[in-house]
Amino acid sequence: MEQKLVALSGNEAVAYAFKQAKPHVAAVFPITPQTEMMHKYAEFVANGESTTEMILVESEHSAMSAAVGSAAAGARTFTATSSAGFALMWEVVYIAASLRLPICMGLVNRALSGNINIHCDHSDSMGGRDAGWIHLFSENAQESYDNAVMAWRIAEHMDVRLPVMVNYDGFIISHTADALHMLPDDAAYDFIGKFKPNYTLLDPENPITVGPLDLTDYYFEHKSSQLAAYDKVPGVIQAVSEEFAAMTGRHYGFCEEYKMDDADMVMIMLGSSAGTAKDVIDEYREKGVKVGMLKMRTFRPFPHAYIAEKLAGRKAVCVLDRSASFGGQGGPVFMEVRSAMYGQQIPIHGYIYGLGGRDFDLKQVATVIEDLQKVAAGGAINDINLLGIRS
Amino acid sequence: MSFIKTDDLHEGGIIRDAGNTADYVTGDWRTFVPKFIEENCIQCMFCWIYCPDNAIEIDTSGDKPIMKGIILDHCKGCGICAHECPPAKKGKSALVMVREEK
Repeated sequence: MEQKLVALSGNEAVAYAFKQAKPHVAAVFPITPQTEMMHKYAEFVANGESTTEMILVESEHSAMSAAVGSAAAGARTFTATSSAGFALMWEVVYIAASLRLPICMGLVNRALSGNINIHCDHSDSMGGRDAGWIHLFSENAQESYDNAVMAWRIAEHMDVRLPVMVNYDGFIISHTADALHMLPDDAAYDFIGKFKPNYTLLDPENPITVGPLDLTDYYFEHKSSQLAAYDKVPGVIQAVSEEFAAMTGRHYGFCEEYKMDDADMVMIMLGSSAGTAKDVIDEYREKGVKVGMLKMRTFRPFPHAYIAEKLAGRKAVCVLDRSASFGGQGGPVFMEVRSAMYGQQIPIHGYIYGLGGRDFDLKQVATVIEDLQKVAAGGAINDINLLGIRS
Repeated sequence: MSFIKTDDLHEGGIIRDAGNTADYVTGDWRTFVPKFIEENCIQCMFCWIYCPDNAIEIDTSGDKPIMKGIILDHCKGCGICAHECPPAKKGKSALVMVREEK
């Protein structure tokens, strides 16, 4: 299929992807670095390119509430936020998933306060990891766009019916002009398809109650049904990604496997830093160092069986977290990966890096690869290490 | 009370047979219970209007609604009915709150 090569910021790219789904409703509240995305979307609406009803609310709690009401009414709905905005949505973020509403959200990753910081890390998204959303991560504008197109198909699949957040790094992706291929509008909409709500509040012939009091007698059973839903998500993500690849030539799965075939040493990370790491991996590959990378695209549901299989037989593994879990044993991704590897006798250590937008540079990747070599040769390293911090 | 089978629950915990509150028995929270003294009742329907639940039993089969008593499966013992009940029969009300003895 012919795709237009364009230069857009990540925010603009995601705005285009959302527009191509012809959503009925957008719940809108600004926060840096997300603001530009909805700004772009408002331009589409003002220019008559989109008929989306934009609900301008007074807080992110209201934005997610409006999104829940709209989706429960049977409308294709999206919203977007960052950092503290996502934190303010908290209560309703859980409700969106519990009610099985296929809302899509752009989460432009930014550090949480305090102290106040507007730059990239993944602490916002990771704080919501147990809320029941599907988390997709992106390396660049192209992946942000592609994830935002596929998000609708995954969310609205009849076996899924869960909200999806498309994560892309604040400023690094959101505000950087990048070259990407965009689908023609018709092709994108044909791929996404018409929204068929599973239930709607706007049907007087079939009145329903949404979100009732749910106490000791049924709450647990409702949660058990919700838990079962996540078992079906990986298959849907695979199927949708394969269909997307057939159309675009761009392949996605749970992870991108970079130089993994013969890799003795593996680093695992997500987001834009993977691009930086690939360059350094290439340098070390030229020197004959067998290092590879798993770049996670799907953090929720966590592809534990896939991760365990891909890491089996390696000599050393490390995980890079762009967020901290205070008082926890390493960052959120580290904990998940190590748990997935339970029973495998492979050394694994973790790093915390890039908090509050601290640059992730080539030297840091080199340090990681040197550490991996040391561990693979039987050396010791701390379980958790901070990367790129002044001593 | 019988439970709906887990597999038969609707996605997202929604209720498709809306308006089923009457089937959900909640009347075991009370300390006090309204006692209905029928001879003092002037059929003003204040209790029915003010009841925050649906705990006042009304017979609507005739020309005028007739107060029949309290539906204890839903009464939480809040006492609003007794508070609103006018002492219209020689200063006596038709609803008074008494401590419920089990």
